[in-house]
Amino acid sequence: MEEKAIYSRPDSLTDRPMHYCPGCGHGTVHKLIAEVVDEMGIREKTIGIAPVGCAVLAYFYMRFDVMEAAHGRTPAVATGVKRVLPDKLVFSYQGDGDLAAIGMAETIHAANRGENISVVFINNAVYGMTGGQMAPTTLTGQKTATSPGGRLVETMGPPVKMCELLNTLDRPYHIERVALDGPAGVRKARKAIRTIFEAQRDGKGYGFVEVLSPCPTYQRCTPVESLKFVGNDMAATFPLGLFRRGGERIDA
Amino acid sequence: MSRKFRVLINSTYCKACELCVAVCPKSVLAVGRSTTSKGIHCAETVAPDSCIGCKACSDICPEAAIEIRVEGDGQDRK
Ligand SMILES: Cc1ncc(C[n+]2csc(CCOP(=O)(O)OP(=O)(O)O)c2C)c(N)n1
Ligand code: SF4
Ligand code: SF4
Ligand code: SF4
Repeated sequence: MEEKAIYSRPDSLTDRPMHYCPGCGHGTVHKLIAEVVDEMGIREKTIGIAPVGCAVLAYFYMRFDVMEAAHGRTPAVATGVKRVLPDKLVFSYQGDGDLAAIGMAETIHAANRGENISVVFINNAVYGMTGGQMAPTTLTGQKTATSPGGRLVETMGPPVKMCELLNTLDRPYHIERVALDGPAGVRKARKAIRTIFEAQRDGKGYGFVEVLSPCPTYQRCTPVESLKFVGNDMAATFPLGLFRRGGERIDA
Repeated sequence: MSRKFRVLINSTYCKACELCVAVCPKSVLAVGRSTTSKGIHCAETVAPDSCIGCKACSDICPEAAIEIRVEGDGQDRK
């Protein structure tokens, strides 16, 4: 009997099993990026810039060029690569510690310049790689290794909302927040990544997609529970949706 | 007769996170009882005939471990 695949592992992922914990959103987003690269037929043109964090080894898994940057510096490296090789599709891939703590300055200035790059931001509300410490995006009251009694706004400040912050700048072209809270959320994330990649290809400028993402290990729950943590708890602090489209701010 | 789908789970990649089991609307999948060489209870199909090819499982799978196939070229069969 003839048979045809309606879904199979994307060609732009290598054969190597990923090192992430079971249920980790990094695997899902690597897969989505690989699917979009395949759909757009841009594997030979794509250059990823990997962060420091759990995704530091992303280059093992992506079957296209990936450069590694110092912690938080991927937007600066992406800027350089894109300016030297403007025909390439250059994306920066970053966790919340990388993007919103040590790399906050690079993040803001790349967005402010309206660099023609794509930023995929994995917000899992903790530092994964180093052992589950508090991140800028840790939820109020959330227990982490460095906020054992829960994040206190009075001493630690409230969670930093990156889409809202970047939306105050004039030059970004697309800003969107999605959540890996179930199959529909995964599809929205794929579509959002495709949107910013196409924008870059068409020379429109800076695209930013924040992906609320499971880290079962340090969100301290099972993978299935982490879908709810992301879709309920995180989304209550970080509202989902479009903030900027076609360079225009979208009123909430 | 509706189209017949087949779900394949690659045990090289599966980490038994159970997300596919949780999201499948037709209870096609379950955590496997046998253990792989890596000590993992790889997900398996327990009701293969119920699959509707919705791709919820392959979308949610963080490891890209799931392949979905359809019999024929989309034509009715039986
Ligand atoms: C200059 C520098 N400072 C600190 C560290 C330690 N460090 C490694 S990863 C990391 C944070 C990772 O968290 P995040 O960016 O949220 O990524 P995740 O691991 O959660 O994916 C830190 C602080 C480092 N490697 N380099
Ligand atoms: S610690 Fe968290 S972010 Fe890191 S691999 Fe594990 S689940 Fe993923
Ligand atoms: S394709 Fe849909 S129905 Fe079939 S196993 Fe996957 S989730 Fe279940
Ligand atoms: S979602 Fe993927 S990794 Fe998780 S149990 Fe199912 S097949 Fe295995």
